[in-house]
Amino acid sequence: MKTESQEKISKILENYSYKPEKLIPILQKVQDEYNYLPKDVMDFIAYKLNIPSARVFGVATFFAHFAITPKGKYIIKVCDGTACHVKKSEAIINKIKEKLNLTNSNTSEDGLFTLECVSCLGACGLAPVVVIGGDVHAQVTTQQISDLIDGIKNEAKK
Amino acid sequence: MSKDIKETENFITIENIKVPIEGEKNLLVLIRKANIEIPTFCYHSNLSTYGACRLCLVDIEGMGIQASCSIKPKVGMKVKVHTAQIREMRRVNVELLLASGYHECTTCSKNTFCKLQSLARQLGIKEIRFKKTEKKSPRDLSSDAIVRDPSKCILCGDCIRMCEEVQAVGAIDFAFRGSDTEVVPSLNKNLKDVECVYCGQCTRVCPTGALSPKSEVSKIWADLHDKKRKVAVQIAPAVRVAIGEKYDLAPGKSTTGLIVTALKMLGFDYVYDSSFSADLTIVEEANEFLDRFTKNKNMPQYTSCCPAWIRFVEQFYPELNKNLSTCKSPQQMLGALVKEDFVRKGGKRKDISMISVMPCSAKKHEAKREEFSKEQYADVDHVITTVGVSRMIDEMGIDFRNLKPSSFDLPFGFKTGAGVLFGASGGVTEAVIRYVAEKLALKEDDIDCTALRTIDGVKEINLKVGKKEVKIAAVSGLKNAKDLIEDLKSGKRHYDFIEVMACPGGCVGGAGQPVYSKVKHRQKRAEGLYKADVTLELHKSQENHYVKKVYEELGCKVGKGLAHELFHTHYTDRKKHK
Repeated sequence: MKTESQEKISKILENYSYKPEKLIPILQKVQDEYNYLPKDVMDFIAYKLNIPSARVFGVATFFAHFAITPKGKYIIKVCDGTACHVKKSEAIINKIKEKLNLTNSNTSEDGLFTLECVSCLGACGLAPVVVIGGDVHAQVTTQQISDLIDGIKNEAKK
Repeated sequence: MSKDIKETENFITIENIKVPIEGEKNLLVLIRKANIEIPTFCYHSNLSTYGACRLCLVDIEGMGIQASCSIKPKVGMKVKVHTAQIREMRRVNVELLLASGYHECTTCSKNTFCKLQSLARQLGIKEIRFKKTEKKSPRDLSSDAIVRDPSKCILCGDCIRMCEEVQAVGAIDFAFRGSDTEVVPSLNKNLKDVECVYCGQCTRVCPTGALSPKSEVSKIWADLHDKKRKVAVQIAPAVRVAIGEKYDLAPGKSTTGLIVTALKMLGFDYVYDSSFSADLTIVEEANEFLDRFTKNKNMPQYTSCCPAWIRFVEQFYPELNKNLSTCKSPQQMLGALVKEDFVRKGGKRKDISMISVMPCSAKKHEAKREEFSKEQYADVDHVITTVGVSRMIDEMGIDFRNLKPSSFDLPFGFKTGAGVLFGASGGVTEAVIRYVAEKLALKEDDIDCTALRTIDGVKEINLKVGKKEVKIAAVSGLKNAKDLIEDLKSGKRHYDFIEVMACPGGCVGGAGQPVYSKVKHRQKRAEGLYKADVTLELHKSQENHYVKKVYEELGCKVGKGLAHELFHTHYTDRKKHK
């Protein structure tokens, strides 16, 4: 690991006084920095907090919020809670997978999109709901999601 | 109220029987005291309580169904262990476990001593009413010592708690979530690429075949069937007091002569005793200690016979590498010596194999270490566990119990009682004391070693040498070793000589031994070794005339020349973060 990344992480750890019980907020900050949690970074955190790296990995893989592989630039959150599911969110998920060619990974090959299925966004009245990069889209159809993705792709090309 | 009445009131009722409460930490222990072997996967007395397997369920009047491992006994409790409802719940739990993994008993390494298998039998499970899952994860064969088979894992977490709480290593943990949960080595790497020290205590507590010592049986058969090859074998002290358990003999019952006969029947050409090289180790190591002690150099001295401990130091405390005795372990000394002897007598190194029968999984890794080879031939070719060798004996259909005992081959089969003590925690220390006492002309009657024969994880003894005092500790369990190192660093404690064995209780409790769960059981094996010491003719390593002969034949003094080359080693800094 590079010394500059070590320094960056050490600074975050310092802010939490190297307390192992602050592992979750530490991982959140580190993920903000890297957009995911690289293995050597998790290893370094474990070493500095004097806890096994196996534990850090356990925490990082337990919470859906943490990613151990790089996330795309745009995160597409599709709600698959009860209301959205009834309103055919599955069709939207399938459409996204097909359009972005997602088979083994949830991130598109160009690194632009990551698909995340969430259990409930708390906006059941708008079902089915999709959130892309912080923008909420209500009562989404497969056509709409297709257009939204194309729009972002075109924007990215510019 | 009189004291007697108070005492008789201090009980709970288990299945209509009154059982006194005597400070038990949970209900499960109390139920076992009432001679009911309540089933559990995840409860071990020396690990923290996890309460996950839900097999130790009991019905407590007024409290309903509870996991007994997680309940404190309270005066007056009325407990039912086997209600119709609980029996059904246990059955469902075990059936679900059986349905959720690949539990193919006939080909499993833990066949006949698997806890899942025996509980299924105990609970009378004849069919699995649930659909089998199709997920099969690949086995991790990367480690020299331990095989991981995740599709047999029941997620009890015993291995994780053992690795972290007792061994202070933490090489494995739960990862992922819900139905995807798995026990994986750090960062989902292969076992050989993480902090594992290969002690194998995880395999000992693993109730299924998810973790087990790696088998080298087929390679050993291949060597034995090779007609051009001479095959030597050595047996570690702890093996002889445990292998009998595989043949319904009591733990601690010494079966030395029977093992020798069995090994000869299996086709080994030379059957030697690691206790011989343990004597050799004492001569080298005690001499090294006296030298360091007088020069006050690289003190304190730590023992080096336990390969898991060596790995632990190299990985976590490489600054202590210089404090480790440079002596090889008895396994490696004998490997090097036997091959050297074979070559000196006109044989070719490529024509001899050295096999060792060990109570240990870490020895498998030790034998593969680069520095333990000469001219590209390993000093020890293959390592087999106590359980492994019993499988070979079974495969040949040998009726072990009714064999006629035979003696080890000479010269490397001759040992003193000191060499046999190596198999129990405190044994190396006792053997060293017997050597040092004579060299320093101490009054041996004044030295009482009983403190070294207890079940404790940390044992101490002091020797008076003139005006000086030699402070000695014998530690087993790597967490105990870690605590001791930290105390030495901070100056809280001081010792001159420290014996460390990675497995609690020493080699008698090693991962290659038949599975034990009670400390009493392990201690019986240690007592078997103490008995063997008494029955042997000689008790001090320096009295072993075959050891003296080794130095004559090599033409060198202790620790010098060829003896140094053959019997000493060096250590590597393996710290991940520098």
